[in-house]
Amino acid sequence: MIAPAASQRLRPAPAMAAFAMLAVAAVVSVITGAADLPVRGVVLEVVDRIPLLEVDSGFTARQRDVLWQLRAPRMVIGAVVGAALAVAGAAYQGVFRNPLADPYLLGVAAGAGLGATLAIITGLASTPLLPAAAFAGALVAVIVTYGLAKLGGAGRTTATLILAGVAVASFFTALQTYVQQTSSDTVREVFAWILGRLATFGWSEVLLVVPFVAVSAAVIVAHRRHLDVLAVGEGEAAALGLDVGRVRVLVVLAATLATAAAVAVAGLIGFVGIIVPHAVRLLTGASYRVIVPLSLVGGAAFLVFADIAARTIVSPAELPIGVITAFFGAPFFAMILARSRGAG
Amino acid sequence: MRRTVALLLVSLALVATACGDDTQPANDTSFAGDAATTTTAAATSTAPPADAITTSGVETTTSALETTTTTAVAAKVFPITVGSDAGPTTIEAPPVRIAALSATHVEMLYAIGAGERVIAVDLFSNHPAEAATKPALDSFNLNVEEVIATDPDLVVLSFDPVGAVEALEAVGIPTLLLGTATTLQSSYDQMKLLGSATGLEAEATQLVEQVAADIDAAVAAVGDRAAGITYYHEADPFTFYTPTSESFIGQIYGLFAMENIADAAPDAAGQTFPQLTPEYIVDADPEMIFSTDPSGDVTQYEQREGWGAMQAVASGDVYFLDPDIASRWGPRLADLVAAIATALIDHVG
Repeated sequence: MIAPAASQRLRPAPAMAAFAMLAVAAVVSVITGAADLPVRGVVLEVVDRIPLLEVDSGFTARQRDVLWQLRAPRMVIGAVVGAALAVAGAAYQGVFRNPLADPYLLGVAAGAGLGATLAIITGLASTPLLPAAAFAGALVAVIVTYGLAKLGGAGRTTATLILAGVAVASFFTALQTYVQQTSSDTVREVFAWILGRLATFGWSEVLLVVPFVAVSAAVIVAHRRHLDVLAVGEGEAAALGLDVGRVRVLVVLAATLATAAAVAVAGLIGFVGIIVPHAVRLLTGASYRVIVPLSLVGGAAFLVFADIAARTIVSPAELPIGVITAFFGAPFFAMILARSRGAG
Repeated sequence: MRRTVALLLVSLALVATACGDDTQPANDTSFAGDAATTTTAAATSTAPPADAITTSGVETTTSALETTTTTAVAAKVFPITVGSDAGPTTIEAPPVRIAALSATHVEMLYAIGAGERVIAVDLFSNHPAEAATKPALDSFNLNVEEVIATDPDLVVLSFDPVGAVEALEAVGIPTLLLGTATTLQSSYDQMKLLGSATGLEAEATQLVEQVAADIDAAVAAVGDRAAGITYYHEADPFTFYTPTSESFIGQIYGLFAMENIADAAPDAAGQTFPQLTPEYIVDADPEMIFSTDPSGDVTQYEQREGWGAMQAVASGDVYFLDPDIASRWGPRLADLVAAIATALIDHVG
C-alpha cells in the first residue's frame, strides 16, 4: 500500500474542505441548465423551504417545478450515486488490499448491469426489485471474480484480481448484450441506461436508492478501523483479534449493495471508485479512517461536478456521465497502476 | 467523524423525503407502444373551438357551414384528456406553442393546419420546408431542460428512452408519446389524436380520409398485377436488418399482395426486423429490390459480390424510395404507396 505520511485521524480541515466542495457542486448544479433560473430566486426558494420561513422567490410555477422536480432530484441522485461508488471503491481496496479495486474493474458493476437489464426487460423497472436484481447480479460477479483471482494462487499480484475482474466484466457484459438484443422493444431504454446517465430523475428514484446506500455506507464507515488493520496483513489482523472472515464478508456485501443500488438507478458509471479514494489518499494519507468518510463526501461532490460537465459540454444535448468519469478516470488508473508497480 | 457522516446521511434522507411530498405523477413504466390506448383516447373530443383557430392565426380549410357547427360546441372541448403511449394527459387550452420532436409528427401537425403553432422540431425535420427553419432539438439525445426552455404548451415525442415524458409532466407540460405506428390504422389514429389535442379534429379527420383515399387509388391503379411478386426492402445496406410483412412498411407492400423474402428467413420468427445475410438475399433472388439509399446509385448493387447475377439487379428492377418518406408514418404515406405503385407498374409493364 502506498503510504505518504499517514495521518490516522480525520482532522477538521480536510473534512470541511470536502463538505465545502460538495456544497459548491450542489449550488452550481442547481443553477446550471437550459431553463433560466436566476441564482437569487434559487436561494430564496431554498430559504422558503425552511420550516416557518416564508419568502417570495419571484419564481413562476414552471420555474419552481424545474428547480424542485428536475434539478434538485438530479443533483441529489448524483451525490448519492457518487458517494456510493466512491465508498464502495474504498471498501474493495481495503478488503482486497488492492489499490486498483473498483466496482467497475472488479466486474461488480457489469454483474449489477446484467441483473438490472433482466429486471428492466421483465418490466420491473422503477420497482424495488430493480436494485434487488442488480444486487444479485453484483454479488455473483464479485464472488466469481474473487474465486478466479484465488485460482491464480500463490503468484497473486494486484494485477491478478483486476484481470479476473476484466474477464468477469466481459462475460457479464456479453450476457447483458445478448439479453438486450433479444428484447428489441426495450433496447433503447437499456442502451441509454447502460452508458450511465443521470438524465431524468424524479424523487421516486432518490427514494429507491437512498436506503440501500445509507445502510451500506453506514456498515463501511463502521468498519473503517478494521480496514486499517487488514491493510497490515491477514495474519497480523487475526493475531490482533480481528475476525478477518466476518469483516471481509460484511464489507464486501455492503460495498456490493452500494454498487448495485448505484448501478440500478444510474447505469454503469466507471472509475469513481478509483479516482476519489486515491485522490483522498494522495491528499491526506493512507488510513481508512480518513479515506472512507472523505470518499463518501468527495464522491458525492465529484459526481455532481461530472454531471454538470456532462450536461454542459455538448449542450443542448447531453453526454453520458460515464464518458466524463472515464475520461478523467482512465489516466488516473494508469497513474495508480504505475505507482503500485513501483511500490511492488 | 462518525457523527458527521451520520449527519450527512440523515440530511440526504431528509431532503429526499421533504421534497418527495411534492406532486409526483404515478410512475408509468409501460413506455412500450400500445395502439389500443391511442385508439380509445382519440375518441374523447368533439370539434375544434373557433377561438383557438383565430388566436393562432391558422387558416383552416373547413367550409363555412362546418365552422358554424363547431363554434356551438367549442366551449366543451378544452380541457381535454388524451391518451398516448405514456398514458393519459390533460391539455387545458388549445396549444399554441408545440414542441414536436419527431419528424413524422411535425408533418402531421403541418398537414392538419397546426404548422404555425410548432415552435420547435426534431433535428431530422425537413418537411415541409418551413419546418426546417424552426429551432431543432436532438430527440435522440434529449435534454429535457432545453425543451422546457422553448416554453412549450404541448410536447410530442416518438420515443423516450430517458423518461422525458415523466419529467415534462412533472413540470406541468402535457406530453404525448406517439411511438412508431404498427399499422396504417395506428398512423391514422395518431393523426386524429393530434387533431383532438390541437382542437383541429375536423381537419385531422379530413386528412385521414384524404390519405386513405390516395392510398386506395394508388393500390387500385396496380390492381392484382403485383400479387405474389417477391421483393426485398433494403432498410440498411450494412447490417441487412430487414422488415418482414408484419412490420409497418411490410404491411404497405402487403397492400399490393407482394411477397417479402424476409418472411422465410431462418430467424424471422416473431421478429418484425430480422437480420438477413447477403447470402440469404442472393439465394432468395427477389424479383424487385426497393432501396432507401438517398444516392439513388444502382451500380452499388452491381458491384456487390454475387449480387450482379440476381434477377432484380440484372434486369434493372432496383427501385429507390425517398428514405424520409419510407421511414415516417405521417401524411406522406400516400406518396410512399404511390412510389411503390409507380415502380410496380414499371416492373409489370
